[in-house]
Amino acid sequence: MNIVVCVKQILDPNLPPAKFKVDSKARQIIPPEGIPLVMNPYDAQAVEMALRLKEKNGGKITAVSLGGPEAVSAVKYALSLGADEGVALSDEAFFGSDSLAVAHILGRAIRKIGAYDLVLCGRQAADWDEGLTGPLLAEELGIPVVNLVRDIENVGGDWRFTRVISGGEQVFAVFLPALATITNEAPQTRLPTGWGIISANRKQIPVWNGGDIDVDPTRIGSAAAVRKLTALTAPERKRNCEMISKETVAEAAGTLARRLGETGAFL
Amino acid sequence: MTKGILVCAETADGKITATTRELLHAGRDLADAAGSALAALVTGKNPQEAAAEAITLGADTVYTVDAPSFVESTPDYYASLLVMTCRKTEPAVVIFGQTDLGRDVAPLLAARSGGVACMDCVRVAIDTQTRALLQTRPVYGGNAMAVWSSGEEVLRVVALRPRSYAAAEPDATRQGEIVALDPPDSDESPRMELLETRKEDIQGVKIEDARIVVSGGGGIGGPDGFKLLEELARVAGGASGAVAATRVPCDEGWVSHGIEVGQTGTIITPDLYIAVGISGAVQHMVGCADSKVIVAINRDPDAHIFQEADFGIVGDYRQAVPALTGAIKSIKGA
Ligand SMILES: Cc1cc2nc3c(=O)[nH]c(=O)nc-3n(C[C@H](O)[C@H](O)[C@H](O)COP(=O)(O)OP(=O)(O)OC[C@H]3O[C@@H](n4cnc5c(N)ncnc54)[C@H](O)[C@@H]3O)c2cc1C
Repeated sequence: MNIVVCVKQILDPNLPPAKFKVDSKARQIIPPEGIPLVMNPYDAQAVEMALRLKEKNGGKITAVSLGGPEAVSAVKYALSLGADEGVALSDEAFFGSDSLAVAHILGRAIRKIGAYDLVLCGRQAADWDEGLTGPLLAEELGIPVVNLVRDIENVGGDWRFTRVISGGEQVFAVFLPALATITNEAPQTRLPTGWGIISANRKQIPVWNGGDIDVDPTRIGSAAAVRKLTALTAPERKRNCEMISKETVAEAAGTLARRLGETGAFL
Repeated sequence: MTKGILVCAETADGKITATTRELLHAGRDLADAAGSALAALVTGKNPQEAAAEAITLGADTVYTVDAPSFVESTPDYYASLLVMTCRKTEPAVVIFGQTDLGRDVAPLLAARSGGVACMDCVRVAIDTQTRALLQTRPVYGGNAMAVWSSGEEVLRVVALRPRSYAAAEPDATRQGEIVALDPPDSDESPRMELLETRKEDIQGVKIEDARIVVSGGGGIGGPDGFKLLEELARVAGGASGAVAATRVPCDEGWVSHGIEVGQTGTIITPDLYIAVGISGAVQHMVGCADSKVIVAINRDPDAHIFQEADFGIVGDYRQAVPALTGAIKSIKGA
């Protein structure tokens, strides 16, 4: 089976909050210096899902990443994990694209890549955290989408997608080609092997621009975006912690219980 | 007449859900600010009763579609249902909850209606001059807040994060109109089919409904430690006490994923949130930051959680939690 995985390189979401600086004037996050970007963790889990499917069913995995120069790093990381091929999509005209435009660009690239059975995306990118790209890409490609998928299985020739819902899960039989957005409840991502890193680094990653994939120029970039970012601010911290320190933990717990009792919390 | 606001309602056991009541509150505010009407779409088997309830909660018009509920059908079917409803009712703004339904259907509706979606918002407002919709949402895991403006030239589709608005209060004297719409034709060649829906058995109150939540993190170290937390939840909260967790205990398999709090878990706002062995990562805190009172128990005095709490105890939870349970027991007994 042919699987396309969409991957994005982002600021490490596990950085401590103090490392996130917001430039409210420019409406931008100022990336901390010297800290490398990482693959969006949900996309990494999508790569893992693709690898497991390939191990069971055979086939080929192609990684696609849209972005600036960092898109090549995302593709190389996917290759180091075991993806077979990859392509980066970079063009100044892509700059300022909203989710709809990103879906259009990815969709055109996937058409050029050729026949596919499955497209996998992370459930959301852990930078803008919106979860739009996957479903919009499915619409662009005209294929069905199942969100928050934790497992994909071939049962007697039928494809079953198990997805997480509030308080449980659902199983769908899905006709391929289809798109799945992968959730954090899916298997954790393996680490790249030494050999994987070496061979990924040796590979020349093709970089396609808008012309290469025949994008509609009126549908991309900031000019096409209906939604505009009008403010970006740092969140406010609201609380002042009263530290309860006593000789023993038991005494502290007694004082805490009394203070909580005063707030009426457990009455 | 200005185009109206449409809330996509959800029901459970024939009643409007808590999240939908929040949407009706937000939708009513928007409609009043825009000088337009508020409509709600109620689906499911026999939607009449819930439709009447939606009117008491602020809707001027309720469209009903007698159709299987969302968990009994497919995202594709519900996308068709919403596209059909919007074609017939021509709203300016559609409001979903950031729920299973909203996450699936809002993007598809926007794409198929030439609209623009904005997901997981915590605030919506109308710019009364330009009539643009202003949508506030946390980004970068909660490390920043963004405001997005979408102009009135297209259909605006928003999904509101649960617990961002207070629930609309019912007013039995409110009047409104109920309009039944035909369900969309069933798909001749469906692209997917629902095989099974499995719901976890939840003992006691759900974490989002609990008044007192005792939450354990990676510091709990294994499933056994959670027994101490259960005891504390029971003593402090009785029937409205529950145990929750960060992602770490869920990923480790100590507890079920269903009780994860945070960006990708559940968003909760209990009266009291006791965070035990939790470092206070931003993706976790966005799920509980609006709790009334937050207590942190952590053995690391520099843990970030202490900057997000009202009360803190530095210590090993194995001593602190039983001691707190005992102290609360004696206060309550007194
Ligand atoms: C994109 C993304 C999304 C995420 N979404 C979520 C989410 O929705 N929900 C979520 O919870 N997490 C989420 N996470 C994970 C999050 O970033 C943190 O990794 C996680 O919340 C940390 O959990 P923790 O605080 O329990 O564990 P740790 O960070 O391991 O902290 C354990 C704490 O316990 C303390 N401790 C250890 N032993 C003891 C003891 N004996 N007594 C007292 N204290 C002790 C330690 O001092 C430490 O502070 C997400 C991460 C990413 C990247």
